[in-house]
Amino acid sequence: MNYVALKMLFGDRAKYLMLLAGLTFSTMLIVQQGSIFWGLMTWSQSGITNVNAPVWVADSNINQVEEIKPLADTAVTVVRSVPGVEWALPLYKGVQRARLRDGNYEQIALVGIDSSTLIGRPHTVLEGKIEDLRSPEAVAIDQLGIERLGGPENIYLGTTFEINDHRVRVVAIVKTQKSFQNFPFVYTTYERALSVTPEERRKLSYVLANPVSGVSPEELARRIHEQTGLGAFTEEQFGWKTVQWILQNTGIGVNFGTTVLLGFIVGMAISGQTFYLFTVENLPQFGALKAIGASTGMLARMILLQSFTVGFIGYGIGVGLATLFGLTAGSGGRLPFKETWPLLVGVAVALLLICSISSVISIRKLAKLEPAIVFRG
Amino acid sequence: MSQNPVSTFDNDSAHWLVQARGVTKSFGEGAIRIPVLKGVDLDVARGEVLLLVGPSGSGKTTLLSVIAGILESDEGEVRILGESIPELSASDKTKFRRDHLGFIFQQYHLLPTLTAVENAAVPLLIRGVSKHDALAQAEAVLGNMGMGERLAALPTRLSGGEQQRVAIARALVGNPKLLLCDEPTASLDGETGHRIVQQLHDVGKQPDRAVIIVTHDTRIFEFGDRIVHMEDGRVDQIQHGQEEPG
Ligand SMILES: Nc1ncnc2c1ncn2[C@@H]1O[C@H](COP(=O)(O)OP(=O)(O)OP(=O)(O)O)[C@@H](O)[C@H]1O
Ligand SMILES: [Mg+2]
Repeated sequence: MNYVALKMLFGDRAKYLMLLAGLTFSTMLIVQQGSIFWGLMTWSQSGITNVNAPVWVADSNINQVEEIKPLADTAVTVVRSVPGVEWALPLYKGVQRARLRDGNYEQIALVGIDSSTLIGRPHTVLEGKIEDLRSPEAVAIDQLGIERLGGPENIYLGTTFEINDHRVRVVAIVKTQKSFQNFPFVYTTYERALSVTPEERRKLSYVLANPVSGVSPEELARRIHEQTGLGAFTEEQFGWKTVQWILQNTGIGVNFGTTVLLGFIVGMAISGQTFYLFTVENLPQFGALKAIGASTGMLARMILLQSFTVGFIGYGIGVGLATLFGLTAGSGGRLPFKETWPLLVGVAVALLLICSISSVISIRKLAKLEPAIVFRG
Repeated sequence: MSQNPVSTFDNDSAHWLVQARGVTKSFGEGAIRIPVLKGVDLDVARGEVLLLVGPSGSGKTTLLSVIAGILESDEGEVRILGESIPELSASDKTKFRRDHLGFIFQQYHLLPTLTAVENAAVPLLIRGVSKHDALAQAEAVLGNMGMGERLAALPTRLSGGEQQRVAIARALVGNPKLLLCDEPTASLDGETGHRIVQQLHDVGKQPDRAVIIVTHDTRIFEFGDRIVHMEDGRVDQIQHGQEEPG
């Protein structure tokens, strides 16, 4: 009877397409919005992910990674004294002004990393050598930086520009994860970062730390916090802290949440109703099947098959369209778009829910169906 | 004193395929309650073709529905093949229909998205016969009815008579013990009607089988072993047809 069920579904072209459109639209909307949201959240954590460090130490009142609350210079030594610390190194992070050759200014995210270990350096070096940061005036710049500071014809290995009137020279081109504020990343050594930035009482943004083997980053973060009173987080904890802060302090979460909910409700309303209509209009057919000897269980299986088949196809097309959107509109990282499997699983569950609910409503209707309707005029 | 209807069964289920006693059925509630069956007794022998005739609204379709167990009677007994239908659970009634009954509905109730041959195969598919075998058997039955050229047509592309023949093929395909037909020849021309009823008749004449045909069509009276008249919810009179029951 599976065959009969599928023919009933596909044969009723108008309603089938309507159903499919509802489920596809719903899936596409949720996946697309969810992926953009997740992309934004990834961008918001780029300040953390672009610096590879297991444990971040900061002011105890820090909310998120872009909120710099400078520490006393002694903090590095204090952290080093905590048992279980293998190494602890300073990191400078701050938004500075770079001056272009044409005299225009452009804001950059300056990152100063420990010069001897170069810990905090980016994952991927595209051109040049990151070790050359130790040479005079040296900086590394990311691709967005090249674009913003004059394009590849003006900025390449060996060219110079100015940060706060201090001349710097490009020795490496690196790949970074885009940031929320969308500033280019410029890397240099910690000492040079201090020397090119304006005088301030405190300039140490973060202390990066690594546990000795046998101590987990979580454990180390806990110890550092307990012993020094400073805020200490693993990379992941700090990332979540940042995401939480954004959700609580901006409208992003509410906006995306509303759209996703809307997608779910619209999908539910359109598909649920169309499917119910489909069943109601087919009641004489189901009645005939029941009279001929199809059990309620058999009819229920037919309904479930119909509903999940169209749900499955709608899911496939919807995810496909959203992915296509991500590949075109979001290509090259121009748009935050990150399709993750938990999102896809979530949407699948939502769709299962939509299909199950409309099936159950239809099945209840069928269970009550009097087969005698088939003998009536 | 009213007689207990069950006591009037002669309990000879080797002879009778259908036995109904004192069947009543009303529709509606309270003041608008309309009695439709007012105590019907009906016996159908094995190998018998019974015609049920009567004016519109006399309760013929209602009686068929009660016999088939797709409508609950208010009172009375119905036995088919010795099985007491009202006493079966809903799911056992469904199974009983699947295994022993064939139906031709007044409004054929073909599935509009299935082709002629697929529609005719439905009872076999419900029984769990493989799609391949079910279609092959349905094709054979439709072929016998002169529908061999129209196997792949959807019901909307079929004439009324062709739809009716698909409905009849669907009723015959599972070799049911009891065939219940509501106006099976209404849309057929004289010649086709004749041929179809001949076929229904042949089914009924097989041992251990029976056919009940509700009809207004005087042209087919000659095929009935007996003609039962219904009037106002009662079986009025029984008139013998040309043949004696087998
Ligand atoms: N479900 C129902 N609810 C209310 N009344 C019904 C119902 N089914 C049948 N009736 C009524 O019962 C009476 C008998 O109906 P039935 O269909 O059995 O007659 P019939 O002899 O088959 O008539 P026809 O020859 O027109 O098919 C009619 O008056 C009809 O209106
Ligand atoms: Mg009728």
